[in-house]
Amino acid sequence: MNVTQLSVFMENKPGHLQSVLKILADAKINIITLTIAETSDFGILRMIVNDAEKAKQVLHDARITCSTTEVLAVELDDKPGSLFKAIDAFVKNRLNIEYMYAFTEKRGDKAVMIFRFDDIETAKKALVQEGYQIVNKIDIIGA
Amino acid sequence: MYFNKDIETMPLKKMKALQLERLKWAVGHAYTNNEFYRKKYDDAGFHPDQLKSLDDMRRVPFLTKQDMRANYPFGLFAVPLDKVIRVHSSSGTTGNATVVGYTRKDIDIFAEVVARCLVAYGASEKDVIQVAYGYGLFTGGLGLHYGAEKVGALTIPISGGNTDRQLMLIKDFGTTMIACTPSYALNIADYIEKKRPDYDMRKTNLKAGILGAEPWSESMRREIEARLGIHAFDIYGLSEIIGPGVSCECFEKSGLHVHEDHFYVEIIDPETGDVLPEGEKGEIVYTTLTKEAFPGIRYRSRDITRLYRDNCTCGRTLVKMEKVTGRSDDMLIIRGVNVFPSQIEQVLMEIEGTEPHYQIILDRKAALDDVEVMVEVNERLFSDEVKVLDDLRKRIGDRFRSVLGISAKITLVEPMTIARSEGKAVRVVDRRKI
Repeated sequence: MNVTQLSVFMENKPGHLQSVLKILADAKINIITLTIAETSDFGILRMIVNDAEKAKQVLHDARITCSTTEVLAVELDDKPGSLFKAIDAFVKNRLNIEYMYAFTEKRGDKAVMIFRFDDIETAKKALVQEGYQIVNKIDIIGA
Repeated sequence: MYFNKDIETMPLKKMKALQLERLKWAVGHAYTNNEFYRKKYDDAGFHPDQLKSLDDMRRVPFLTKQDMRANYPFGLFAVPLDKVIRVHSSSGTTGNATVVGYTRKDIDIFAEVVARCLVAYGASEKDVIQVAYGYGLFTGGLGLHYGAEKVGALTIPISGGNTDRQLMLIKDFGTTMIACTPSYALNIADYIEKKRPDYDMRKTNLKAGILGAEPWSESMRREIEARLGIHAFDIYGLSEIIGPGVSCECFEKSGLHVHEDHFYVEIIDPETGDVLPEGEKGEIVYTTLTKEAFPGIRYRSRDITRLYRDNCTCGRTLVKMEKVTGRSDDMLIIRGVNVFPSQIEQVLMEIEGTEPHYQIILDRKAALDDVEVMVEVNERLFSDEVKVLDDLRKRIGDRFRSVLGISAKITLVEPMTIARSEGKAVRVVDRRKI
């Protein structure tokens, strides 16, 4: 099972991030992690939330441009070298990572890496072969 | 000095008689030799025989830009193609371009009217004229070229751009006049200031700029004259009628003399189409009196101006038109290129097959027009990947360059950020102070 990421288009201007967050807060959407990709004119806010579909709907209703994307969430040991080893599985399979970001679980000693691939299924197979634990939606929400 | 004294100083009564005689020929020629004109006039119940006085011109149906587009490419030619020796084209996309043809006689007329302009600016065979308009389908380059040769001046076909080379030739060849757009003249001044502080235009032989192809103001004239130390003269024309040379300023620099032995002009109310009395402001309508290949009979230019006769001190009796100050449609002139907002829309629609909201912002920060196109990113255009959005921006920019011939800064904005008045998006914000 993949994790659904919510992506929001934002102009690079004061107050724009806050207005998006207000809409999510009013809809009682919990943000588990987020990252922003920025260019000189605009940014893309990428989030893992507890209810991506509901979040998409409320943003859409507020005429904010957003989309959902399937991303790969992988559980890693929170210790030196574990990300290096995980990425080795992609390198061996010549898989290109579009972008990635990380967060740590509230309980336990695991970190969760979020990977965006063009071909998510091949990437998933490569990781499973190497014995990695793919995190699904429920795990994250329960975290 | 005149290039053709008899015509340029002809008494009004004689000119009107000449015009009537030529009008009868021109309207008859279009009707007899072009199917589109014939059908249009037949449908309107007009026949060239009804043309008994200049006043009867108001009964002749108008020719519009849409008529020209609908007859792309050669539908409005009134001679067989083997009599046509050259074509030019108005800027625009293939589907929107207007192709204009010239017989050998038409080319001679074109050269003559441009030559008259050049002589009005003080040119003679002693001059060295650098033609820095683009050569090609655009009428500016070749139009000025043939006119300058007709005067007998040394003609330099350098074409547009490459400011370093322009400056080098001005110095090395002893250029006395440069023909270019007014914004390019200012661009040269900026270039010297920033990159060539050693270059002193006042130490060259340059004395005049022959400037046209885009609207410009008196304050631009003052700036060009002060910064380059030259006389800045306006030359006006439109490719649909012939190209540059339809009218020109003289040393008075107040209004442009229309070469009315070749082009009959009227001012109409753009709303009603009624002819307005001389002196009133309205849309200028042109009729070619002598052109063979591509007659233009009552062509609605959409340019707003005023016609008047003021016993000009230059001695020319030719009617004067004010510098064109605006348009009665939504056409924009960006760096000399004619652009309709509908063309911008078409470019954007081709990108994703969807119609995004956009706004074009025109500014003249330095000398050249700055074009920014803001495009609202809807959910169909959006991606979670920066490279996809960057690619979108690049594709829009590339299409603008290849289709419209202008480079623009493309900015992606959030939905609903473009101002809408009464629910309708404001497509163009023109901040240029012309």
